[in-house]
Amino acid sequence: MWNIITILFGSTIRSATPLMFTALGGTFSERSGVVNIGLEGMMTIGAFSAVLVSYFTGSPFLGLLGAIVSGAFFGWLLAFLSIHFKANQVVVGTAINILAASLTTFLLVEIWGKPGQTDNVNYFTPWGPFNMFTYLAFILVGVSYFVLYKTPFGLRIRAVGEHPRAADTLGVNVYKVRYICVILSGILGAIGGAALSIGSISLFKEGMIAGKGFIALAAVIFGKWHPVGAALACLFFGLADAIQTVSMSLGLDLPKEFLFALPYILTMMAVSGLVGKSVAPAADGVPYEKGEK
Amino acid sequence: MENRLDEIKNSAKNTLKEILYPLTAIVVSFLAGAILVYAFGNSPKVAYKALFLGALGDLNKFGETLVTTTTLILTGLSVAFAYKCGLFNIGAEGQFIMGSVAAVWIGWALEGLPPSIHVLLTLLAGALAGGIWAGIVGWLKAKVGSHEVINSIMMNYIALNLSNYLIMTVLNEPGKAFSFEIAPTAKLWRFSQSFEQFKYSRLHIGIIIAIFVALVAYYLLNKTVTGYEIRSVGFNPDASEYGGINVKRNIVLAMLISGLFSGLAGAIHTAGVQYRVNNLFGLTGYGFDGISVALVGNNNPIGVILSALLFGVLQKGGPMMQIEGIPKEVVGIIQGIILLFVASNFVRVMVQRYKENKEIRAQLKKGEVK
Repeated sequence: MWNIITILFGSTIRSATPLMFTALGGTFSERSGVVNIGLEGMMTIGAFSAVLVSYFTGSPFLGLLGAIVSGAFFGWLLAFLSIHFKANQVVVGTAINILAASLTTFLLVEIWGKPGQTDNVNYFTPWGPFNMFTYLAFILVGVSYFVLYKTPFGLRIRAVGEHPRAADTLGVNVYKVRYICVILSGILGAIGGAALSIGSISLFKEGMIAGKGFIALAAVIFGKWHPVGAALACLFFGLADAIQTVSMSLGLDLPKEFLFALPYILTMMAVSGLVGKSVAPAADGVPYEKGEK
Repeated sequence: MENRLDEIKNSAKNTLKEILYPLTAIVVSFLAGAILVYAFGNSPKVAYKALFLGALGDLNKFGETLVTTTTLILTGLSVAFAYKCGLFNIGAEGQFIMGSVAAVWIGWALEGLPPSIHVLLTLLAGALAGGIWAGIVGWLKAKVGSHEVINSIMMNYIALNLSNYLIMTVLNEPGKAFSFEIAPTAKLWRFSQSFEQFKYSRLHIGIIIAIFVALVAYYLLNKTVTGYEIRSVGFNPDASEYGGINVKRNIVLAMLISGLFSGLAGAIHTAGVQYRVNNLFGLTGYGFDGISVALVGNNNPIGVILSALLFGVLQKGGPMMQIEGIPKEVVGIIQGIILLFVASNFVRVMVQRYKENKEIRAQLKKGEVK
């Protein structure tokens, strides 16, 4: 029994780790008023870039840096188009997802000369029971909470997401705050992706993200757009994943599809007010135009 | 008389503009694709020749392109229709899956019916399943105000898992990771049955159904009271409410109709091409492609047909580039870039800014602005 609990605990944390980074990124972006549907693509890009750089340099640390740079670029792209061109944020996010999936597979074939997966590269080996990424994720949850709720900058982020006009009137640079938050969400999403590639297996596989970006998005919403809430949601979704793995090895007859669908069902219930209403930041998804009444 | 002529001239000019913007985006995206291909040491000319010949080279290839186009017309219509009501249906994926499963179920379970009735019921079941799946999202939006984008993303993955569950249990072909095959009476008529020219293509009657549905959607949106109300709600919900239009009812209705199209897409794909539904590892992509199709088609049913043809060519021609040693993913990259351009109105905004700057410069010259 104790054995199962240990396995379940470890498996939960490991499943939740990449989600936590991405969900924190989503929290920042949405808190500042930009919907980020492109988290899935940002994870894909991050996972791939990390492997790519680690492959050419032999250093997983530089790989992580590569993920951060590429994530920042895609974050910037979303920010640039949705802030300056007032593009539909959901469409830009979808475009990023399509672009990321195609671009990574394209480069995979061009560089490694085969479809499917890359060669093995140097990666972050576990420290104790978990990988470096896990410890970092928990630290970042605390940092994010502190930044959002205990610093003037966090107050500005929340103000910009709730009522950009009021924030603007008080001298807050709405565009700048949104740029920073969306680029940050790209970086965190990419780290989440890297946690899946150079943080657990040592390679990149086509389709390895498989909807995890969308689960992270669900966690942001289920966690009520709060960093600690989002992290707890990730752990909870990680637990559902872990139960599925453990139940298979125990021969339990639980329909795995139900456990897979559980995060999405719960999130729908949460936004619909069935299990503690989740309310989005008021200006979430709305482009801001200066001088508009 | 002169006025009338001017009117026609203006409307032609506007239509041309509407076509010109997405067209520029498409051309620029193809150029970007060409640069990418060139950067990795391949010839863009060879790549695009393979792409277009692969999609349009002969009637069989063209037939296969139209098979993809059929699905894209319907998912594109689905996204466009909801958009007209101010709703973003990112859930076409899930509705497509539900449509496929419902079609396979009816197509398999009701064996023994006369062919025409069986086909009709199969397609209806699929459309209805998609309609209900989207209708739930619309109902939640109207009832409790929860956002349709969030809910439809969630519904995509719920559909995926529900479908996999059904396929691995009640609909399972024993020992296989796919469903039973539908009865021959539920299969759509294929062109190859009568036309020798389409012998090696799976082109089926679905393309005609899809075009017909697009025309119906056009009529419904532009020539009926329901369509007027739906567009009105999309344009300005508050003013519509004030004008006596039931906004909530129209939101549910628009989502439901939008879902019918995606559900039908799934049903037609099942009854015309696949005959089964596979256990899926991830979303099919048809719904997300519908977003591209709708946007490039300017959310206009006729535009949707044309842009579905373009994306059909891209998707069918892509694999042919592989033979020349060029990864087919170039196509996805082109699609992504097109979408970025169209979504941001990049060309239009740049043209506007250029014109404004020109005007300011002209005024500066005259000394009107200091």
